[in-house]
Amino acid sequence: MDLLRFITAGSVDDGKSTLIGRLLYDTKNILADQMEAIERASKTRNAGEIDLALLTDGLRSEREQGITIDVAYKYFQTPNRKFISIDAPGHIQYTRNMVTGASNADLAIILVDARHGVVEQTRRHSLIASMLGIPHVIVAVNKMDLVGNSEDAFLEIAQSYKTLAEKLAIKDLTIIPVSALNGDNIVDRSESMSWYTGETLLSVLENVNVLKDQNQEDGRFAVQYVIRPQTDELHDYRGYAGRVQSGTFKKGDAIKVLPSERESKIAKIEFGGNEIPEASVLESVTILLEDDIDISRGDTIVSVNNSPIVSQDIEALICWMDDKKTLKPGNKYVLQHGTARSRCSIRGIEYQIDINSYEKLDEVEALKLNDVARIVLRTAQPIAYDPYQKNRANGAAILIDETSNVTVGACMIE
Amino acid sequence: MSISVNEASDIQREISERSAPDYLDQLEAEAIYIMREVAGQFERPALLFSGGKDSITLVHLARKAFAPGKIPFPLVHVDTGHNFIEAIEYRDTLAEQINAKLIVRYVEDTIKAKGLKEQTGKNASRNWLQTFTLLDTIEEFEFDACIGGARRDEEKARAKERIFSFRDEFGQWDPKRQRPELWNLFNGRIQKGENVRVFPISNWTELDVWAYLKREGIELPSIYFAHERELILRDGKLLNNTPVIEPDPEDQIVTRQVRFRTVGDMTCTAAVESAAATLDEVIAEITISRISERGETRIDDQQTEAAMEDRKKGGYF
Repeated sequence: MDLLRFITAGSVDDGKSTLIGRLLYDTKNILADQMEAIERASKTRNAGEIDLALLTDGLRSEREQGITIDVAYKYFQTPNRKFISIDAPGHIQYTRNMVTGASNADLAIILVDARHGVVEQTRRHSLIASMLGIPHVIVAVNKMDLVGNSEDAFLEIAQSYKTLAEKLAIKDLTIIPVSALNGDNIVDRSESMSWYTGETLLSVLENVNVLKDQNQEDGRFAVQYVIRPQTDELHDYRGYAGRVQSGTFKKGDAIKVLPSERESKIAKIEFGGNEIPEASVLESVTILLEDDIDISRGDTIVSVNNSPIVSQDIEALICWMDDKKTLKPGNKYVLQHGTARSRCSIRGIEYQIDINSYEKLDEVEALKLNDVARIVLRTAQPIAYDPYQKNRANGAAILIDETSNVTVGACMIE
Repeated sequence: MSISVNEASDIQREISERSAPDYLDQLEAEAIYIMREVAGQFERPALLFSGGKDSITLVHLARKAFAPGKIPFPLVHVDTGHNFIEAIEYRDTLAEQINAKLIVRYVEDTIKAKGLKEQTGKNASRNWLQTFTLLDTIEEFEFDACIGGARRDEEKARAKERIFSFRDEFGQWDPKRQRPELWNLFNGRIQKGENVRVFPISNWTELDVWAYLKREGIELPSIYFAHERELILRDGKLLNNTPVIEPDPEDQIVTRQVRFRTVGDMTCTAAVESAAATLDEVIAEITISRISERGETRIDDQQTEAAMEDRKKGGYF
């Protein structure tokens, strides 16, 4: 059984939390005492209808305002798969939270209110999903019960969404008519929408192939830590601890260390102190090399004839996340990419992207909270990267404010 | 890319033949990655170890992460003096077995040194006072990162917390000002005096922990398995019959066959009636259980809807 991480995007009124509540409820993942707590809370808040949204809103201010402020994680499983649901707020003022949630998602569920169709926020959420390289997108056209479960209404929305999706790099798209409130086409097929013959939401979640999404070609391994026991029996042991970001490494493979460009061969791969024949994407292992070369945290081990780009000049899409300070050309930050950190300086803002209309805005002087733009920056040390859309793990970076130490930017290197 | 068409199709074939990775392997790899980030990013980390199943899992993961080397940080326990003796014995034995440095600090000492006032009356607990000792210990050893076994599925406020959870110089968590946490790029940069709580098993569920303990053949303290015990029956919950729990006129003393599903302080951890004597039997029981872990066994979370959120803001782990 494997694991799928998905994000749900939509605004307060689209019934996003209700949808997650419904998934948990219909897959029998809500426990008796949690249900009782929801029933209790529902009674004090409204007419007594059970409000499944109360399951996901964890902070007091969220319950008070009835909105999701931060990213919340929920865990559930079916006989076929384990799920981590990432519930992110939909308001434009929380764009950074959605970007945060989307960064680790294999799949995005974008909610559309059947009464309103594709609206500004649908465009925004779709852009973020595509920009963050989420391979699978499900558009859940919710509240179908409020448009009389009409097939025509659904087809019209589906068509207008497809037009929008053509402008974005969405690899795998499924559009489903649902009612989260009534549970139609979430886990069980809808009797009131017999015209819909496609899959239910849960069926897509259970069957989507995420193994195929991993980059299996480009061998990349960022060194996190050097294991040197320095005991009598392990006197010369030097193991490079890290996680395979992409590709596969085997004993005997010729490798290169970046940015130093030194070459060697893999002498051994270990896991938990035991030798294993190979390590593939996302595995945390320890690599031992045949030659004693200088390697430390921040270096990247790559396949010898398949190199990433090594450069100090980087162009990236950025989502700006600081609510106090703006990003301006000339500003300096710490760039964290893989396990490497380097000071960097912003050389320019090429253009800003209006995340609702997708228009490019030129001559932008500064970026504010939640702005998305393409920027040029120069790092103090060379960075070994791949373009984000080709290799999510080795194309992502964050900017850190040098004085407050806060994470202020999410970068997708182009 | 420098691979030929033939090689590419070989890779494709290999991928389609390779089966999907098991979720426990995925969770384990993620936790090990997080442990190594702590070792790589911080000067003086510590692993908070109580002898409970979640922190036992952490120790096991840390051993795997740094094998064949030793765990590069000490194990730290804040002892309330109200712990189960079985958990304390397990703690000491394990630390000795794996040759880890164990630091124990006592809430009792903090109470005396600082003249702290203890809760009194029914359901009085030292749970809150633990925070004072923890913050003092962090200061004493200048720990910049503390690894803990909290999981997001335990409780609603925990579901919102980052894996690298920043705490200010007063140890406080501010849920509204959490650092964005993107991809696997954990930002552990802090100023002196601040610290980060790190939760490597954030994404594990209770059942995942049990399944992992079983798969890895990890031993647990005996109180996790069914045994006869003398207990206090209070408000429908079964508490260990111990002098540290202040008696209440309504209490009944009973003897039952029980196990503990979580192991916290005796004052706030309830037992469940059970005949499950092995890991398999415990897993079977939890799988069919219709009550959540903290709902069944924790007195401390049930006081208000935001009990955990409030404790965390004050520096609780």
